[in-house]
Amino acid sequence: MNSEQIRQVIMDILERIAPDEDLSDLDDSRPFREQMELDSMDFLDIVMELRKMYRIQIPEEDYPNLNTMAGTVEYLLPKLKDVPVGT
Amino acid sequence: MLSDQERIVITGIGIASPNGTNLAEFRESLLAGRSGVVNYETRYMGPVLAGVCRFDELRYQKKKDVRRGTRAGSIAVYCANEAVRDSGLEWDKVARDRVGVYLGITEHGNVETENEIYEISKFGYDTKVWSHHHNPRTVANNSAGEVTLNMGITGPHLTIGAACAAGNAGFIHAAQMLRLGEVDLAIAGGVSESIHTFGIFASFAAQGALATHEDPTKACRPFDTDRNGIVVAEGGGICTVERLSDAKARGAKIYAEIIGYAMNSDAKDFVLPDSNRQAECVRLALKRAKINPEDVDIVSSHATATEQGDIEEATALRAVFGGSSRTVVNNTKSFIGHAMGAAGALEMLGNLPSFDDGVAHATINLDNLDPRCSLPNLVVNQPRELGNVRIILNNSFGMLGINSVLIIRRFE
Repeated sequence: MNSEQIRQVIMDILERIAPDEDLSDLDDSRPFREQMELDSMDFLDIVMELRKMYRIQIPEEDYPNLNTMAGTVEYLLPKLKDVPVGT
Repeated sequence: MLSDQERIVITGIGIASPNGTNLAEFRESLLAGRSGVVNYETRYMGPVLAGVCRFDELRYQKKKDVRRGTRAGSIAVYCANEAVRDSGLEWDKVARDRVGVYLGITEHGNVETENEIYEISKFGYDTKVWSHHHNPRTVANNSAGEVTLNMGITGPHLTIGAACAAGNAGFIHAAQMLRLGEVDLAIAGGVSESIHTFGIFASFAAQGALATHEDPTKACRPFDTDRNGIVVAEGGGICTVERLSDAKARGAKIYAEIIGYAMNSDAKDFVLPDSNRQAECVRLALKRAKINPEDVDIVSSHATATEQGDIEEATALRAVFGGSSRTVVNNTKSFIGHAMGAAGALEMLGNLPSFDDGVAHATINLDNLDPRCSLPNLVVNQPRELGNVRIILNNSFGMLGINSVLIIRRFE
């Protein structure tokens, strides 16, 4: 997957865990929590979804990398670059 | 004579029943003989019969709250908000730290645990994909806690685990807390999400106590010779409960007064009920209400359509009400199935409108009365005009031999 494809994966996850939010104007450079209602349990849902979908284990010390969309994509790119879309 | 500070009244009602999403709909269904039992798919077991509710979860919750919470929580939130809305309380002005939430429940956590085990089964039982939502979903206070989160209530909340006697237990606890001055308003009743776990059905089936019938609407047949067990249902019945003095002060509509209650234990068997203790419980409630059996207009029976359960309750009712020619007996499970923790609440509330319309709804699906369940004034298949209804006695019994009786009176 490339960066754009990973971004779409994260968008799909966000739409599932925050179904009441309008994410169409999401600013990739700003923290998720400034743009939507996202508490610690929701954040863990993102980690859990990635674990279920791609068997990625994200250690707690790496969580700050997932604060923004841009940071999340950058963090995941090396881990998912060899994973085909749709798996 | 109790003072108005000691008298406890019901002032608002919220209903989620398989055959009605508010009191008017529920009552209409009961008088029209409309069942809420349908074919229902379970995981692992396949098709069963169940009472399924169809209220709008999103009326009072966001999609995210529904996703994070439980079905019991959603039922409780819906019914609690409906009750408060119906009560006429100016919710913005209510002191939330003086509100208590007391909800009876038969079991909790089975649904959520089953779901998580199913989920990890898709990952080779890797517990690393076990949800962080599991614990807040399965703590025993979940449904009452979700109500406090949703409504901003900062007073005490409890779910009351009382098997299938739980619906009455919620109201009883509310009355006690109001009389103790612990709270000024109680949101009380019972809820059930039990149809969402196969285990409840499978366990009743293993016990030979799960109803089957080619026509779902005819499956729940209390007191009938062809009864073959329980139809499990989900649902909720929740009320605002207040001291009469407070209700009067705000000019509230008063549906009924709680004039008596009792709970006791069989101390005999894990599953089989005991008519002697049931009769004792009914008599204790009558004594506390300072009334005699012949003062009761309607007995709302608990009967679940199991072989022995129906016989035991009929025996208890004959023992207490055998000398009362005017007391009639009906059964609400025959319409909606057994709503477990909500059963006692829904069954009391389904009867409550008889204070206004003077009619006792029936027990349906009673084609051939089991002589061992003979009761002199059973309301069979069609509603009965009674005229003046003043007092309703509501039975609710559960496993491990827990019995509860609630008596309400029309407010005059």
